[in-house]
Amino acid sequence: MKIECQQLSKVYEGANGPLSSLEDITFSTADREFIGIVGPSGCGKTTLLKLIAGLQEPTSGRVIMTGAPAGDRPRSAMVFQDHGLFPWMTVLDNVAFGLQMHGVERQERRDRAREFVDRVGLSHFADSYPGQLSVGMGQRVGIIRAFVTDPPLLLMDEPFGALDSQTRLVLQEELLRIWGEYPKVVIFVTHDIDEAIRLSDRILVMTGRPGRILEEVPIPLERPRTLTRRKPAEVGEIKWHIWGLLEEQVRESLWVAD
Amino acid sequence: MRAAAPPEFSGQVERWGPFLSAIVVLALWELLSRTGAISPMFFPPPSSIAVVLWRMLLAGDLLVDLGITIARVIAGFILGAGLAVLLGLVMGTSPRLGAQLDPWVAALHPTPKIAVLPLILVIFGIGEASKIMLAALGSFFPMLINTVAGVRQIPSIYFEVADSYGAGRLQMFRRVVVPGSLPLVMAGARISANVALMLTIAAELVAAQRGLGQVIWFAWQTLRIEEVYAGLFITSLLGITFAFVLERFTRWVMPWRLEARNGAR
Repeated sequence: MKIECQQLSKVYEGANGPLSSLEDITFSTADREFIGIVGPSGCGKTTLLKLIAGLQEPTSGRVIMTGAPAGDRPRSAMVFQDHGLFPWMTVLDNVAFGLQMHGVERQERRDRAREFVDRVGLSHFADSYPGQLSVGMGQRVGIIRAFVTDPPLLLMDEPFGALDSQTRLVLQEELLRIWGEYPKVVIFVTHDIDEAIRLSDRILVMTGRPGRILEEVPIPLERPRTLTRRKPAEVGEIKWHIWGLLEEQVRESLWVAD
Repeated sequence: MRAAAPPEFSGQVERWGPFLSAIVVLALWELLSRTGAISPMFFPPPSSIAVVLWRMLLAGDLLVDLGITIARVIAGFILGAGLAVLLGLVMGTSPRLGAQLDPWVAALHPTPKIAVLPLILVIFGIGEASKIMLAALGSFFPMLINTVAGVRQIPSIYFEVADSYGAGRLQMFRRVVVPGSLPLVMAGARISANVALMLTIAAELVAAQRGLGQVIWFAWQTLRIEEVYAGLFITSLLGITFAFVLERFTRWVMPWRLEARNGAR
């Protein structure tokens, strides 16, 4: 499946008049492409994901999906920053939630959910509640909750933002592994340039508010990627290049009141 | 806490401490009353209260009165709190209806409900209905306010998650609104049950033939002070029982609360 965003803009009606959040966002993805999005705080990254997910309507422009699978599979699933697991459901019920919303029968959805729970090593926690999990375990569950519905498009909104740097590395690798088995288009928003480089095929660098695409940076790293594999020298250059693009944006956004 | 005490000992103190202090207070009361240091007219010794209570229980009338009071409290609670939960869930989810009804709640809630008893007696007569209606009225507002607050405090992330997975209105209601508001709903239930008991007793004091309130009132009118205390004792036991049952029920409907507390983090 491919996603095409055409001149997406979003203007919110703020208390002090209209507030432009996104402006003229145009990009398209290849099939099974991993897109990273980096940009300063408040540049509308989350808004962009919500527009693509169809949770919000753009003020102008449109999102076109071609080659979306027929049937009861949802077109996209979203992974949230603080995992957003329902505290009142067990891990298994949380993972099965998306399936349930798409009318999958009880036994089948539990079987499918359990398969994913086992896959990320949380078998013993299937009947636990999210309150019993560590933050890292919680986000694992958040990720498989999205994968279990097998959507062709996965939207991830700073999913590892709340994790310590070691847990973060482990989950990045785990994400790449699951994604390798269930390939799909991923749009991954992050603050972390290293993380974006490690995961993405291509990085979209955004400006401060209103968010526009400043540059598209391809990442010429082979797959499958692992943490231990040595990175070619050019990766370091890419990082500084992206930081060079971002620095000015970040400094400016510090002076823009929310 | 005693940091120096070994763990088994402090555990024992926690378990038996309340009983121990109760025994000490009762023994002191008994002593002071028997020696006349406090007037046995007003504070009869606990042992003679116990004897009177035992006689009342054997006579059987007290149990009938207890049963009548329980039935009134439960009927009023279910009626008032039940309606309040339904209305509260709707008010909490619909900002428009909420805005319409909030001022009414704010205006009516602070009215001491016992003051409405004469009006209720006029409307519903002196039979069972008036007692039940007063308890229902009292149960209604704490439950309504807690339910509305319970729905409104649900973090918006859960609605977004459910929305992103394509939850419809009914699914959103069943899987997010109801469980998400449950902690405050159950807190409301505890307050409501307490108010229902309080108002039922109050109504029975002045406008009933039977019930614990009438037992206490009749004992006062006939100056049988031990019976007043016996009635009070049974009434407070009833209040404790309601609180205990609701606490158990709360744990049962919200297993995640308990698990999270005992969880290995």
